[in-house]
Amino acid sequence: MAHINRENGVAAGRLDPTQVADNFTDLHPEYDEHEALVAADRCYFCHDAPCMTACPTSIDIPLFIRQIATGTPEAAAKTILEQNILGGMCARVCPTETLCEEVCVRETAEGKPVEIGRLQRYATDTVMAANTHPFTRADKTGKSVAVVGAGPAGLSCAHRLAMLGHDVVVFEARAKGGGLNEFGIAAYKSTDDFAQRELDWLLSIGGIDIRYSQGLGNGVTLDALQSDFDAVFLGMGLSAVNALGMEGEDKDNVSDAVEFIADLRQASDLTTLPVGRRVVVIGGGMTAIDAGVQAKLLGAEDVTIVYRRGQEAMAASEFEQDLAQQKGVTLICNATPVGIEGNGSLTGVTFAYTETQNGKLVTLDETFTLPADQLFKAIGQKLGDTPDALALDGGKIAVDDTQRTSAKGVWAGGDCATGGDDLTVTAVAEGRDAAMDIHATLMGAS
Amino acid sequence: MADLTSNFLGISSPNPFWLASAPPTDKEYNVRRAFEAGWGGVVWKTLGSEGPPVVNVNGPRYGAIHGADRRLLGLNNIELITDRPLEVNLEEMTRVKKDYPDHALIASVMVPCEEAAWKEIIPRIAETGCDGFELNFGCPHGMAERGMGSAVGQVPEYIEMVTRWCKAATDLPVIVKLTPNITNILMPAQAAKDGGADAVSLINTINSITSVNLDAMSPEPMIDGKGTHGGYCGPAVKPIALNMVAEIARNPGTHGLPISGIGGVTTWRDAAEFMALGAGNVQVCTAAMTYGFKVVQEMISGLSQWMDEQGYSSIDEVIGRAVPNVTDWQYLNLNHVTKARISQEDCIKCGRCYAACEDTSHQAISMSEDRVFDVKDDECVACNLCVNVCPVEGCITMETIAPGAMDERTGKPVADEYANWTTHPNNPSSAAAE
Repeated sequence: MAHINRENGVAAGRLDPTQVADNFTDLHPEYDEHEALVAADRCYFCHDAPCMTACPTSIDIPLFIRQIATGTPEAAAKTILEQNILGGMCARVCPTETLCEEVCVRETAEGKPVEIGRLQRYATDTVMAANTHPFTRADKTGKSVAVVGAGPAGLSCAHRLAMLGHDVVVFEARAKGGGLNEFGIAAYKSTDDFAQRELDWLLSIGGIDIRYSQGLGNGVTLDALQSDFDAVFLGMGLSAVNALGMEGEDKDNVSDAVEFIADLRQASDLTTLPVGRRVVVIGGGMTAIDAGVQAKLLGAEDVTIVYRRGQEAMAASEFEQDLAQQKGVTLICNATPVGIEGNGSLTGVTFAYTETQNGKLVTLDETFTLPADQLFKAIGQKLGDTPDALALDGGKIAVDDTQRTSAKGVWAGGDCATGGDDLTVTAVAEGRDAAMDIHATLMGAS
Repeated sequence: MADLTSNFLGISSPNPFWLASAPPTDKEYNVRRAFEAGWGGVVWKTLGSEGPPVVNVNGPRYGAIHGADRRLLGLNNIELITDRPLEVNLEEMTRVKKDYPDHALIASVMVPCEEAAWKEIIPRIAETGCDGFELNFGCPHGMAERGMGSAVGQVPEYIEMVTRWCKAATDLPVIVKLTPNITNILMPAQAAKDGGADAVSLINTINSITSVNLDAMSPEPMIDGKGTHGGYCGPAVKPIALNMVAEIARNPGTHGLPISGIGGVTTWRDAAEFMALGAGNVQVCTAAMTYGFKVVQEMISGLSQWMDEQGYSSIDEVIGRAVPNVTDWQYLNLNHVTKARISQEDCIKCGRCYAACEDTSHQAISMSEDRVFDVKDDECVACNLCVNVCPVEGCITMETIAPGAMDERTGKPVADEYANWTTHPNNPSSAAAE
């Protein structure tokens, strides 16, 4: 057994480098050609296929699988990318178990769906490995569009606009593009710097200029964009996080899960990343799972994810919940934090049990304390400050079904806008659809 | 426990599963292993005349058609008859027969179409102790260009003539192997019978090109940039073989002529089907070449279990049992009405029945918003396409509409009496006969 550092508190290098490298390998390794052909053979080429309907980007799944089966993964990739330019990342991070694969007729028939996600990855990786780009730009329209945010929504929108012949300038607040693909996804789902490789590949269509470290309120104003460009697309995601609103939240080693996940993705050497011996994560979504599982994989001895409602209400899919439990993470449901313990540094978190009574979540008297030297909050993200010109709805930028905001000439999509499921794939769909509406608007007006 | 012992033309074998004349039976080593694995008999790979043996190509000899998961459905070969010296084969056959007296060993023979050649070789081969002969009038490639194989099998007069020569040269049973590369299988079968053949075996392989190499623009298997037609076999040819076997079995002129059934036998069920259509035994090649000799164990256990379940005690009770039910189209009962029925419980909602019916057939299946598929009785002609394309076995079935019940499509009650085309009012011949 390899060495394990069991020191209390938060420490780096709990596992030896080989173990860490092994822990963070690809969750679903790429198919080789034989595996892809065997998997593709299982597709029934359904009529009006349920998988296609379930896909937020409406990829023609039976067609691309048949293209793989007949030895043309490049054509398959084009089928995918026409609908979803980030098909490579979506193949890795989509919760396929609640989308296409959930409704696969072979799930109905045998409880084993066609592995659509992995087949999609096989096709898109084939094209990316060849470094070919299946799309070319249309003749220049002379129109220019500003896109705010180089995440899935912004990139999808920018690519489609560039393809249609518009010039696009993307303003990205961070020093690196990719958005949550780069900063917000568990490392074992996007290995080998995939988000950056995909970004470079996407930009190879041309006509897209990315300006880093610039965002709304950071050198750029919506007014200026509206006057300098023919249209504006906002896809800056959710830059703020929810707080517990509890005393002790400012203690050392109490932090936001999204920050931990981003640090982990940006770390060049995971053994230098400190992690607690006993880690508590509060939340029930994908962020909670990604943080909890990765803390465990870094060598935390005990990791507990605590969610205030019942397990069935968790936003994380069943597959993700199972994954967490397989990796040795404990899930506790129906418990809400009531105290952050420790005199100076964190020693534990106290929870009260909860119960749903008449449809309302009620906090019970009984409490318990989990010893903890690190606490991650994963209780949701929220929109940062937005210009007054934009009407909001439920804390997000209000958009109609063509992604138009209340401000003239301004569209929005992805996590910052209403609609969608806070998934990469829905953000891609919204960015693409906004681009099509922007195009129709700009060309109709000329 | 059903008795699988086979007695074909008086040749006894522990079961009706013989290996066909082909690469698996080319030498002693293989045949001994085949017998040990459970095969009832072998037809030794075709012997040619004495002298320098034929030569084979030194590139690929086989091409294939695959189904899902690379399951081999059809195999094509351009291999010739044995390329080993006659004397070596005869010595090996002698040794094997001596060690396996209860197993069938048949010699397949192909020599030039001259009486002297056959008269010379037949008695010589008989000295091995073999149980009979199979005359190879079937191979469609290579040997046919030299006036042998299917070049003989395509001319009934030659079949009859050579068969007669061989019958005159031996007292052992003579089986004539037929080529399917003809227009009417009854002609060569009749010729074999007229020549005195004890049985026919069929089918030999079908002329084919399995695929084209699109880079080299050459048929596969490709030899130095060129390809040629080869003999097609395997599961894909079974339907063709079954029909030819059935035609010989039911035709008055050839009815009763023993048949050794060949063509894509892969499982016990295939064998049972050939026998039901009149084959006295079956010969297998591709299944063994795909899975090895061990496959015969499934054939033996499966046939035995099925016979027990059906109450058949010997294979003689199975042979030919379906022949009376093979008829001509014109005698099919036009008053028999069926309709497709979709089991909603078994349906996995793939919609293939709908696509097939809506796009290519009779628009007789409806599809609801929530993907419930139902048969429209007023449109369904019972073509069976939905049954055939459904991926779930038994999900779609054909229900017989009882006499007296309404056929929604015609708006008429189903008639009770049998009525066929010969008496149908739309048939000009039937009108003329009145």
